[in-house]
Amino acid sequence: MTPPSVEIPSSKIGIWGKPRRRPLEWLIERGIRATAFVCLLLIALIFVFVFREALPIVLGKVKAVEITESVGESETYGEDPAPTASQPKKDLELEAEASDEIIGVKHILGKEWQPVSLKPRFGILPLLLGSLKVTFIALLFAGPMGIFAALYTSTLAPKWGKEFMKPTIEILAGFPSVVVGFFALIVLASIVQNLFGLQYRLNAFVGGLAMAIAVIPVIYTVSEDALAAVPKSFTEASLAVGASKWETALRVILPAATPGIFAAVLLGFGRAFGETMIVLMATGNAAMLSPGFFEPVRTVSATIGAEMAEVVFGDTHYRMLFLLGSILFVISFGLNAVAEFFVRNKLMKKFKGAS
Amino acid sequence: MKLKSIIALALVGALPLTAGPITVKGSDTMVILAQRWAEAYMSAHPDATIQVTGGGSGTGISALINGTTDICNSSRPMKAPEREKLKQRFSSLGVEIKSAKDGLAVYANEANPVQELTLDQVKDIYTGKITNWKDVGGSDTKIVLYSRENNSGTYVYFRDFVLKGKDFSASAQNLPGTAAVVNAVSKDPNGIGYGGSAYAKGVRFIKIKKDAGSEAKEPNAETVKDGSYPITRYLFMYLRSRPTGALKSYIDWILSPEGQEIVTKVGYFPVK
Repeated sequence: MTPPSVEIPSSKIGIWGKPRRRPLEWLIERGIRATAFVCLLLIALIFVFVFREALPIVLGKVKAVEITESVGESETYGEDPAPTASQPKKDLELEAEASDEIIGVKHILGKEWQPVSLKPRFGILPLLLGSLKVTFIALLFAGPMGIFAALYTSTLAPKWGKEFMKPTIEILAGFPSVVVGFFALIVLASIVQNLFGLQYRLNAFVGGLAMAIAVIPVIYTVSEDALAAVPKSFTEASLAVGASKWETALRVILPAATPGIFAAVLLGFGRAFGETMIVLMATGNAAMLSPGFFEPVRTVSATIGAEMAEVVFGDTHYRMLFLLGSILFVISFGLNAVAEFFVRNKLMKKFKGAS
Repeated sequence: MKLKSIIALALVGALPLTAGPITVKGSDTMVILAQRWAEAYMSAHPDATIQVTGGGSGTGISALINGTTDICNSSRPMKAPEREKLKQRFSSLGVEIKSAKDGLAVYANEANPVQELTLDQVKDIYTGKITNWKDVGGSDTKIVLYSRENNSGTYVYFRDFVLKGKDFSASAQNLPGTAAVVNAVSKDPNGIGYGGSAYAKGVRFIKIKKDAGSEAKEPNAETVKDGSYPITRYLFMYLRSRPTGALKSYIDWILSPEGQEIVTKVGYFPVK
């Protein structure tokens, strides 16, 4: 589709008077476009798969307790030795009360998570509370540290300082989370227990501390970008009026970058909420509904990570785990979307426009 | 669904013929034992390949039902809903093989003065009825409970046999493996944990009495062999159907004196 005003050299006009299409270019263009679409397709398919597996619960088709009738014993192989071992009463679960209850909001918003039990309970409130506690503690530590580190490297550091510090802090982002979790389990938990005289060695506080290590680089990078995007005219004006460097940094640049910093904290929240390995190893995994921060907790992500392998396809437990996964997905995705589209673009434009 | 199971059956049936690797999945209690068995067998029979993974008894049984493993290690018996699912997919109730015995130990920190407990006391501690060590003869401190994740056969066996089907207290911390439980109890003077007796390094066994009148026993070779240790359990292997070919020779080898000798070396007890 050539615009009529463009001069086309004669060498490029084919025998029918139209510009010759180069097949190689066409192929490359289409190939790159296809790759982009494959990425979008992958994201869409993951959404579809996760929500599809959780859908029966939402539609009210999943029973709370699955009733099984006796099916008989497995055959045995090998010499049957005289039974000296103590065996539990066989098939205790056949004595579970028969009930036709469908899982509904009342079950899901229950206060106990005991999925493997003779009376399974699937209340997700302790799990959500656990995730929130750990995320809150992580942001409490990682927020100020990340933001002030970003403030330092973008405004107050000498040039060589910035060149050195930025990549170094970003190395933190490369720490495998399982290594951080392992470190927390073996070293950090003992240190914290001895320092504070805690009763529980593995608790939400230790998990939050370890999580902060993983979240700092996220908050740092995005805050740094936000602070660097503040127009130089702000700095110059402030210094010209007689403010010192740190006054400028704290009272002029930091407030100007607030939307970006808010986005950074939101992204940090999303990252901390979805992190699995660290909380699986360092929080003790006890599904308790209690307000204290020094008690063990069980997060949504750790629950999925620990229990997914044992469920049989199609079970109530299986569907509940996918429901948890959907909730996790929605929260993380929602936060990321808010941070990306709303805060960064809209509000930053507002500030940029002011200069 | 039916087509899938036919294809799965065909693949499973074809495996021994094509002499592909034998996959073993399941119990973390048995994973070291399974690895030693596999190593010893493969060095004696170079044409056999055996792949061993852990993940918990529940994981192993799910893998058996989903058709992704040949042998499933389990430290608890298979349950009725699981047998039913196996029947639905493979039209067989599975084959149960008792491969070793284990004494399920209750661990305490070495600094803990409590030496013995009855089965009922252990039950009350883990269901949350007894919360202070002084109620069972120890110091005046709160008991910190360490347990396993709910995909573990050890968890389910403990719940069914010791807790008689009651649920664990909500404050019991769920750790991913017996080694993690031992590590936690060794670092926590008020901790109590449970797990296979082969893993206990750095913690003390609590002697268990069946009831207040009997003698308290520790899990070792004699008490497990004659059944005087109250919490003795079988370590099972499950298959989908009677073993044939390479699978059969492996299982027969495990049940032979050679295989059972390895059981003793690892720290468990032979099945006979």
